[in-house]
Amino acid sequence: MNSLSKRRTLPGFTPTLTATLLWLAILVLIPLATLFWTAAQLDASTFWQVVTSPRAVAAYKLTFGVALLAALANGVGGFLLAWVLVRHPFPGRNVVDAMLDIPFALPTAVAGLAFATLCSANGWLGRGLALLGIHAANNRLAIWVVLTYVSLPFVVRTLQPVIEDLGTEADQAAASLGASRWQTFAWVLAPQLLPALLTGMALAFARAVGEYGSVVFVSGNIPYRTEIIPLVILGHLESYHFAEAASVAVVMLLASFMVNGAINLLARWSRRHA
Amino acid sequence: MTITIESITKRFNGYVAVDRVSLTIPDGKLVALLGPSGSGKTTLLRVIAGLEVPDEGAVSMNGVDVTHTPARLRNIGFVFQHYALFKHMTVFDNIAFPLKVRKRSVEEQRALVNDLLKLVRLEGFGQRYPSQLSGGQRQRVALARALAAKPKVMLLDEPFGALDAKVRQELRQWLRRLHQEMSITSLFVTHDQEEALELADRIVVMNHGRVEQEGTPEDLFEHPKTPFVMSFLGDVNIFHGRVEQGQTVIHHDPAAVAPSVTETKAVRAYARPHELDIDRTPRDERSLPAKVRHVNTAGATVKVELLLRDGHTTVQAYLGRERYQELKLQPGEEVYVVPRQLRIFVDEDDEAPTA
Amino acid sequence: MHSAHTPFWVRYLLLLLALAWVGLWILLPVSTVVYGAFANGWGSYLSALADPESVHAFYLTLIAALWSVAINLVFGLAAAWAIAKYQFRGKTLLLSLIDLPFSVSPVIAGLVFVLLFGGQTLAGTWLAAQHIQILYALPAIVIATVFVTFPFVAREVLPVMEAMGTEEEEAALTLGASGWQTFWLITLPGIKWGLLYGVILCTARAFGEFGAVAVVSGRIAMETNTLSLHVEKLYQEYQSQAAFAVASALLVIALLTLVAKSAVEWRLRRALTEIKHAPESV
Repeated sequence: MNSLSKRRTLPGFTPTLTATLLWLAILVLIPLATLFWTAAQLDASTFWQVVTSPRAVAAYKLTFGVALLAALANGVGGFLLAWVLVRHPFPGRNVVDAMLDIPFALPTAVAGLAFATLCSANGWLGRGLALLGIHAANNRLAIWVVLTYVSLPFVVRTLQPVIEDLGTEADQAAASLGASRWQTFAWVLAPQLLPALLTGMALAFARAVGEYGSVVFVSGNIPYRTEIIPLVILGHLESYHFAEAASVAVVMLLASFMVNGAINLLARWSRRHA
Repeated sequence: MTITIESITKRFNGYVAVDRVSLTIPDGKLVALLGPSGSGKTTLLRVIAGLEVPDEGAVSMNGVDVTHTPARLRNIGFVFQHYALFKHMTVFDNIAFPLKVRKRSVEEQRALVNDLLKLVRLEGFGQRYPSQLSGGQRQRVALARALAAKPKVMLLDEPFGALDAKVRQELRQWLRRLHQEMSITSLFVTHDQEEALELADRIVVMNHGRVEQEGTPEDLFEHPKTPFVMSFLGDVNIFHGRVEQGQTVIHHDPAAVAPSVTETKAVRAYARPHELDIDRTPRDERSLPAKVRHVNTAGATVKVELLLRDGHTTVQAYLGRERYQELKLQPGEEVYVVPRQLRIFVDEDDEAPTA
Repeated sequence: MHSAHTPFWVRYLLLLLALAWVGLWILLPVSTVVYGAFANGWGSYLSALADPESVHAFYLTLIAALWSVAINLVFGLAAAWAIAKYQFRGKTLLLSLIDLPFSVSPVIAGLVFVLLFGGQTLAGTWLAAQHIQILYALPAIVIATVFVTFPFVAREVLPVMEAMGTEEEEAALTLGASGWQTFWLITLPGIKWGLLYGVILCTARAFGEFGAVAVVSGRIAMETNTLSLHVEKLYQEYQSQAAFAVASALLVIALLTLVAKSAVEWRLRRALTEIKHAPESV
């Protein structure tokens, strides 16, 4: 590296890159390596037993299932919001647009508290749902509600620039060729927006899978029923089963990396279509 | 300050930008680095400035090796192609920058900056920002800023490249005068041969990372050593021919190239348009039959476009107005072209001059 | 930008649905917080905020956020400088490693530090021998927060630095400026909006982090309870109005962040277009 830096005339390459790598190693790589190392303390069959225990499996299903439902809900709602914000200006649009960042900015504990209260038996939402015979508190519906909330901005923010770039020329051209509005939408607009929509949904999914803060307020944390993966990990940790906690964490981490890989592929696809 | 460059090589990811260049920039001279884009001239300038470290070779200033001296200690003034003015600073602060980093007193800064603003004729512009200036004004701010540190050498990268023709002309003359007054050793990069010929005391022509030729403008214009220099420094006409018994013969009639003549060398003969004369009758064996295609009488010289008898070689001849008045050429007329001077270069690719 | 052929009723229906969606997911929880905070009037609202535990939690959160922002500021600038200003092999890999913390669930982020410092590893044993307390104390809170906010500054500064190029810095060097002078006088003013934007995002996240901090802090009242953790503690203790009062403080911070973010975002976008469309010939 020294001979390299001698060839660079702008000073600072060696110190900044060294600092970056050192910092990255101390803060990210060594801790993550510790996680894998701790999980490796278990022999293969015990590891398998831990990560496929009925309680863990129930948590995987719940976490990924509800996160998927939240991503789907955001696919619909986010598309609608992005479309209206770009295509149908209305007074106060900027305020609504800025408000969409609230789930990013507002601490998840605050959102958890608010939704826990809203969904409780005498909360504003809970009362309404109770009339329909649905009990929102401490069940999966409440988890879906908070996960949809925390991942709300992703689809909108991914779609907005794409719809802006699209302009109105393509659909006006289609309309001038005699296509009906639905035909225009299905054949001209939807195919161009699909990659960005899927990218946004994947981002929302990734965010929802990892969420912890708001879920603990609303879920009641009942094993097999409303226990998400982070809670299973914490359960092991609180009983000092470090290797077991690390094992489940490794499974979840690998799943997150896979989702991330998929997002990168989607993003590349979406750029190609842009 | 005399700059000596010894066998400098600079590569970028395997691409050789500067290839074993050796050069001396004499003290107090204004020297042009002339070449097409990609010829390595800007890289060489940046090596001299200390903005690039060469892979091989050495740069010395007044005999002191500065190859590994950082740019800030070389005492050079560098003017960037797009000026690189500090956008967030006023004109005053831009020019004061080299003084500020040298911790000069505020009074000294103010006095010198005001002098420089006067020198570049921008009095009263001190409090403007670069975005509020025209291209020519920015260029002059960049010059003033580079001069503020009292450099021993000025390096200018395409100093007029981004300006329109009229401003460029004015700035050239101004720079020429400025150099005469201050006589700082200066080196500027350009791809414009006219600019190099007009401004420079000496010209270094570069091509493919190498120096093709170096010398005074007259030298290069009158005695080019390579076809590249010949054609880069002005308009040329190219005639194909061959050397027979120590004499150059130009044949444009394909039939005249006898297949039996194998030991002769294929050559190209170059003549500038003003070195061609036109006659109605053949003067001697060098006269080439041609047909007048087009005559442009607008301008100081009359430009005549001719087609040689081979049917596809087009030739440009510039005639003085008097000569044109004598001839009264009309398009379509059959005439003879006589090159007063020819520079002969052996065909590098040894391609037989069949066409 | 109107879709000219969209009938009125469709347009209004879409607008209505969109506003309902925003109302349900955003206005409803926000107004619940405000309503809950003042459910028992101003007096109990203020006393909930002035409660020593709340004050301490606020103080702790502020300190932790300041530390993590400062640390990530230095790191982010160094990383952005190395990546934006030079060409070297492995750049893409370095970038994805910097992004890595974003794809780690907060609870796992906390867990890795419990494992690292928790006494089962070399690091943990050594720290225990030196009597250095990291876990269940401020250092662990800061480290966990730095982890979850790791990419923000680098990610926001990087594109601005790349857009700036190196010409102004090179000019400063030829004019006699040292590396530090160049950085302070040329680079920093050029990237200030991107830097500020990254700092705002980093601050917001640092203030609100729950999962990672919950795992490493030990949640000791008056010692390692941050604002977010304090909200949950109050909620678990059925002190609903106090929980909402503390939550409303976080809400105010979040709204201030959003305002600052919008303002800076506007300046940043303008700065970037200025760089991109810098008139090169006039």
